[in-house]
Amino acid sequence: MNNELSNPDIPVPSELQSAVTITSLDKIYNWGRRSSIWPMVFGLACCAIEMICTAASRFDIARFGMEVFRATPRQADLMIVSGTVTKKMVPQIVRLFNQMPEPKYVMAMGACASGGGPFKEGYNVVSGIDKFVPVDVYVPGCPPTPQALLHGLIKLQEKIDGQSLKSVRWYGQETSEAVPVPVLGPDLFDPRQHALLAQQAGQVQENTESVEK
Amino acid sequence: MSDKDSLDNMPVNEVASDSLVARFDGEVRSDTREGYEGYIVDANMLPEVASVLRDDLGYDYLSSVTGVDYIDDNHIEVVYHADQTTGGKGINLKVQLDRENPIVPTLVPIYPGADFQEREVFDMYGVKFDGHPNLRRILMWDGFHGYPLRKDWKEAYYEEDIKPFDSRWPGGGVKRSEADNPYGKNVNYPPGFDINNWTPETDDSLYESLEKTNSNGKSLHTDSIVVNIGPQHPSTHGVFRMVVALDGETITDLQPVMGYLHRNHEKIGERNTFLQNMPYTDRLDYLCSMSNNLGYALAVEQLMGADVPERAQYIRVLMAELTRISNHMWAIGFLLNDLGAFQTPALYAIRARELILDVFEATAGSRMMCNYMRFGGLARDFPDTLRGEDTVKFITDLVDNTLPKAIDELDHFLTANEIVRSRCIGVGVLPPDKAIAYSTGGPLLRASGVSYDLRTADPYSIYDRFDFNICTRSNGDVYDRYLVRVDEMRESTRICQQVMRDIPAEGEIFSGKPQYSVKVPAGESYGRVENPKGELGYYVVSTGKANPYRYHVRAPSFVNLTVLGELCKGHKVADAVVILGSIDIVLGEVDR
Repeated sequence: MNNELSNPDIPVPSELQSAVTITSLDKIYNWGRRSSIWPMVFGLACCAIEMICTAASRFDIARFGMEVFRATPRQADLMIVSGTVTKKMVPQIVRLFNQMPEPKYVMAMGACASGGGPFKEGYNVVSGIDKFVPVDVYVPGCPPTPQALLHGLIKLQEKIDGQSLKSVRWYGQETSEAVPVPVLGPDLFDPRQHALLAQQAGQVQENTESVEK
Repeated sequence: MSDKDSLDNMPVNEVASDSLVARFDGEVRSDTREGYEGYIVDANMLPEVASVLRDDLGYDYLSSVTGVDYIDDNHIEVVYHADQTTGGKGINLKVQLDRENPIVPTLVPIYPGADFQEREVFDMYGVKFDGHPNLRRILMWDGFHGYPLRKDWKEAYYEEDIKPFDSRWPGGGVKRSEADNPYGKNVNYPPGFDINNWTPETDDSLYESLEKTNSNGKSLHTDSIVVNIGPQHPSTHGVFRMVVALDGETITDLQPVMGYLHRNHEKIGERNTFLQNMPYTDRLDYLCSMSNNLGYALAVEQLMGADVPERAQYIRVLMAELTRISNHMWAIGFLLNDLGAFQTPALYAIRARELILDVFEATAGSRMMCNYMRFGGLARDFPDTLRGEDTVKFITDLVDNTLPKAIDELDHFLTANEIVRSRCIGVGVLPPDKAIAYSTGGPLLRASGVSYDLRTADPYSIYDRFDFNICTRSNGDVYDRYLVRVDEMRESTRICQQVMRDIPAEGEIFSGKPQYSVKVPAGESYGRVENPKGELGYYVVSTGKANPYRYHVRAPSFVNLTVLGELCKGHKVADAVVILGSIDIVLGEVDR
């Protein structure tokens, strides 16, 4: 078994070293998870092309155990948001995120997914996917090179290594809440802002009434 | 030059189209505004003029339909660009409409290729096309407020009309647009919008509009069902949605739904300075950034009258042709993916593409988003070394040996493959007359036997100096589109070989001095190139200011999709995926 797993504080007799490793539960649990992250087949824009190149033979994502791209969110651990998130697309993205089973991770790949990027001012562009779903790793670049994406994935592995069975949310008492799916109206409407919107509409009405008076 | 000489030298089609003015006296007049050309047509005469244009004058190919909002003159102009598939310069027609109530007759019965483009103009400007079979929004969703490309429509993060914004410049300040928005998001609701008395739109009307048949009476009873493929589906090459009506497994109707990657290139482009748009063109068809650059550079150079030095011209052609090879590699690799040869052919294709990306990265500084061309030349010359080799030697070796071998390898393993042949031959047949009528372009058009390629039909840059063939096939099915792509890659390597043979070893690559903001005289221009996917056109209107007044992209993938529904009808649902793969779309360009 892998040397990185064994605990140096507890010596193992030399004749057993090839067969026995003494380690902590967190360590072996995280080692298993981080070495087999299954990303979702989910491409939005230009960044998806670099994501495919990362999965291809030259950069070979399989070195990190991540080559198993799944076409369904139900089997995926990681959603790589690879490209510009538009208002028309964001309801589907949130729904896909909700369909992923825990433990799940989200990576914002590239400038657009992280904060809107060069298209931020556009009327159909969401200023970063983190306005709707929690993001674990941000990868800068437009688009990030395959090397940058791999670096982001290694950072995600580090994050997984730091988690503990005692504190992770998916074994906690509370059930994890689904993110409310945004709705398309005259503009994108986030159900979490219902009260704010109603209040704003009321203010606008008051203003016009006061003008009329 | 005497008057007679100039008349003799005038291209034939210009003489022909001048007869339009004579024929429709008063209803068609020449556009005499400075820097403009073409004809202004009365709205109610448009279908008649278009029929004459198509049937008597030979302009059988409607390449582009777009709109411009001239808010100061209080009219919206709809601009049509038409071409002859026999070659030559195009012609443009304009219709001026009242901003309050813009109505114009549709051209779909005459040029079916106008379908999606008219819907786009409706979506962006609110122009109603009278008689259009399916006039709904195409890029934004039904129920969106306002018409975004109108000059008086402001988005949530609006700051100023022209970049650079005062808030960032000259102080170099950083400002988050979210901070000024009451919702902390990029949203903006029309006044009076009441969240409590509102129901979201549904897709019911779309589903109902589909043509459904019920095969009752046949031996096997099948139900008619509607299936959504996408917008998140591995076979749609991005965020694209096909709403398919099925009778059993057979497609009775198919409606493409797009706009999931609508990034507002045109609205942002009207605020950017001319040069700031260059990196945005990279992100249109993100597999072909070099040739996107070229098209935009040509459009603006037409207005500026800038000269391009000899060496830069050669490098431009080299880059555009390498782009064609890398695009077709990608297209073929992923067509095979759609056929079920999961990943293996694609991996080989991507391996060959990586070599081309190395050239781009070393020269332009980026693998995909090259931002390489400038108005009047290029951003920089070749580097001295590439992957530790002399650059010229590396590229020469690439186009002489490596790429032809890679193409032969794909050809060897795929062309005669029995599964490829049985899945592709006779699937998605597009007859030549339909291919022209639907304004298709690129390999899709040429596989139907129409020898139309802008590199010879209306030569740009220095393509007239090279010896190459326009590749055509005659059956117009998926297999022929694949074959045309293989042939075109071979022709592109031939052009690249000639470039490396003839390119001047030394010389300028940029005329004039590099500057942040260029001076562009007022006027309009339509610059176009034969992109790997078809005709890529940029319609640019300048008013002499630092930014374009109108920046429209005629995207080949978008127009090619007009025919998708037609192609898929009667086939099995698994074939729809293959037909879409054979059209070769990139969503960055479809939705812009």
